Amino acid sequence: MSTIKTIALTATAAAILTSSVAFAECGIEGNANVSILGNDFPALHAVFSAAEECAGSGVTVAKNHNKDFKNLMVPALSANPAEYTAVTVANGTLVTLMNSDLVRSLDDLVAKHGSSLNKSQLVTVNGKVMAVAFMANAQHLFYRSDILSQVGMSADEVQTYEQVLTAAKRIRDAGIMEYPVALNTKAGWNLGEEFVNMYLGTGADMFTPGTAKVSINNADGVATLNMLKDLVSYSHPDFLTFDSNATQAMWEGGKLALATMWGSRTVGVLDDEGSTEQVVMNTDFASAPSFNGGSTPASSLWWDGFVISKNVSDADAEASFIAMMNGISTEMVQANNDAATWLIEGYVPSKAASGVSATAMNGASPYPMLPFMGALHGAAGSELSDFLQGNESAEQALADMEAAYNVAAKEKGFL
Amino acid sequence: MPHRTFFWFIIPSLAAMILFIALPVISVLIQSLHVEHEQVLISAENCGPFGCKQVVIIDTAATAQIREDQPLGQFSGFDNYTNRSHLAFDEVSLAWSSSESISGFFEKLLNLPFYKALAFTLTYTFVVTPFVIVLGLAIALGVNALPKFAKGPTIFVSLLPMIVTPLIGSLILFWMIDGDGVIGASIQYLFNDPNLSLKASPSLTWMMLIVYGIWHSAPFSFIVFYAGLQSVPADTLEAATIDGANRWQRIRYVVVPYMKPLVVFIMLMQLMDNFRVLEPIVSFASEASATSLSWIIYKDLTQDTQLFGSAAATSMLTIVGVAILLFPVLIRTWRDFSRTAH
Repeated sequence: MSTIKTIALTATAAAILTSSVAFAECGIEGNANVSILGNDFPALHAVFSAAEECAGSGVTVAKNHNKDFKNLMVPALSANPAEYTAVTVANGTLVTLMNSDLVRSLDDLVAKHGSSLNKSQLVTVNGKVMAVAFMANAQHLFYRSDILSQVGMSADEVQTYEQVLTAAKRIRDAGIMEYPVALNTKAGWNLGEEFVNMYLGTGADMFTPGTAKVSINNADGVATLNMLKDLVSYSHPDFLTFDSNATQAMWEGGKLALATMWGSRTVGVLDDEGSTEQVVMNTDFASAPSFNGGSTPASSLWWDGFVISKNVSDADAEASFIAMMNGISTEMVQANNDAATWLIEGYVPSKAASGVSATAMNGASPYPMLPFMGALHGAAGSELSDFLQGNESAEQALADMEAAYNVAAKEKGFL
Repeated sequence: MPHRTFFWFIIPSLAAMILFIALPVISVLIQSLHVEHEQVLISAENCGPFGCKQVVIIDTAATAQIREDQPLGQFSGFDNYTNRSHLAFDEVSLAWSSSESISGFFEKLLNLPFYKALAFTLTYTFVVTPFVIVLGLAIALGVNALPKFAKGPTIFVSLLPMIVTPLIGSLILFWMIDGDGVIGASIQYLFNDPNLSLKASPSLTWMMLIVYGIWHSAPFSFIVFYAGLQSVPADTLEAATIDGANRWQRIRYVVVPYMKPLVVFIMLMQLMDNFRVLEPIVSFASEASATSLSWIIYKDLTQDTQLFGSAAATSMLTIVGVAILLFPVLIRTWRDFSRTAH
């Protein structure tokens, strides 16, 4: 009897202790509701779970991981009070929220609770903090060192896409693989992203500065398209259906030797699931290549971060900020070091992050944060496939893209 | 039935139709005549993990004022209908005047998103519909001739394609035709070509989508015909047999005439359904080779830059398309109806 009593007492005491410890750690005062919306991938699961630890005595924390969060967020945050108090966004999605004026300026909250943040984590617009970034992502080169050495090439010899083409030709000619190359070229958003990445490698602007007038129908645009076409000529004919899941599966199946894929996929490729030892042992990562004699990697840098909704009470906003700060704490990073390329203090870069870091070090541009960028991205995604299938000229494809962009931008009120 | 009674009889469904069909259509029509209000752009400095950059942003305060003044956006008349993403009047007339041959004109026409989608939508509709009717009737006749104990299980299995959600059914097929999938690998083996891919060329993609459409819709027409077959009078069939008609003649001269109203019904349903084809295009990731009108609407509403006016215009054009398709069938039915009524 007494033993049972002691156990029960200890358990209760432990429960009280842990909850009060969690409370003390998070430091949320009073009652508040926190609800977080975001994309669905492992690194965000880690962040959201850590934020959830703030729940307790008067504080509720709800989370929603949704692949289609982009479609949910604007209507959900337009409501007053907003359905979600915090959203994890990336460069492109932050613009969508800012276009509708749905995010809160975080200056006061950062001053009060953000002492542990690096200055580079603060995403500012005209000096006002709009989001707090916590991880980086970019598409970069994945290569198979064993296959490269079979054709007498080293990692230093795939620094430009022209060199990648040479390597691909040698691999094909040697009869090792007929289709050694893959990019995420699924028609739609993925293909649009490849266009943006390649075009950024030329160093040219996509718009006349300060306006929504597109300027891609030029020599840089033609060079971009021709390089994409040369690359997909070494891709399997199904290339217009390749998304990240497809390219990762092909990589793990040992069907590729050179691929441009997202940095967030490195962990999945290196783990001991879905692949053979030979593939995993010989998989290496490098910066996104440059092309056309330029020095900028043909890729765009992405950050993931969180924003706090405008249409929520100050108390909920503060509680959400504190919970998210707990979500991106150093302890969370130490427990999930290899899940992402974290921008957080205490992160130890691993092999999985080497490609993204190299791409950033080589001076790749961030994905353009412009309100009309989505319209161009969409136009590229749908108008390029005819060209890549060999049905029309590069000039025609660029003219089509420009026309499609103009229609969309006009409808959105940008032109 | 006196008119008064009839009126009271249909008023609930009439009210529901106005509320759930007519009013939304009118709202979509109004939406299609507008584009978003002008966005006030200002220059700003944007800093983040990768450095600082001069960008432009929307002046939300100024834009909010404009939005308040014009909550519907800017009235644009029929611009949404005539621009390049839809009927593309300017582009079509330019293509007409600059092309030397009809095929050159069609090549330019099919480069425009709306006409590209329309071409596939119409092909899909006019190939799938007759196949579904003929195949459905054939299956129904076959099942009807089975011994009684085998009928139940056969009907159940035959209905499966219709029970599977289109999005899932087409996704499963998409995986099966992959080079590593069971169908894709078998075809490569049969044609002895390891690089043959059903997803790579537009014509093969079209064929695959059409085969999927027939597979998915045939059960619907089968079950309707099967129900109809139960009502074919045995006397007439017996009389035909005694007159020396063989099985084919009995089907041709007795069964098919009885099935005629059902053929019209299935044709109406299938024309409407197939004209709205969407799910297989999403699942097959066939955007590059085949798109449909519904898919354009779906894309306009789900991409990063949502285009409500554009989607509304395509929706209205789809309604017009369905009306044109159904018109001949409805006229015919109406004539038959008036003839029997008098």
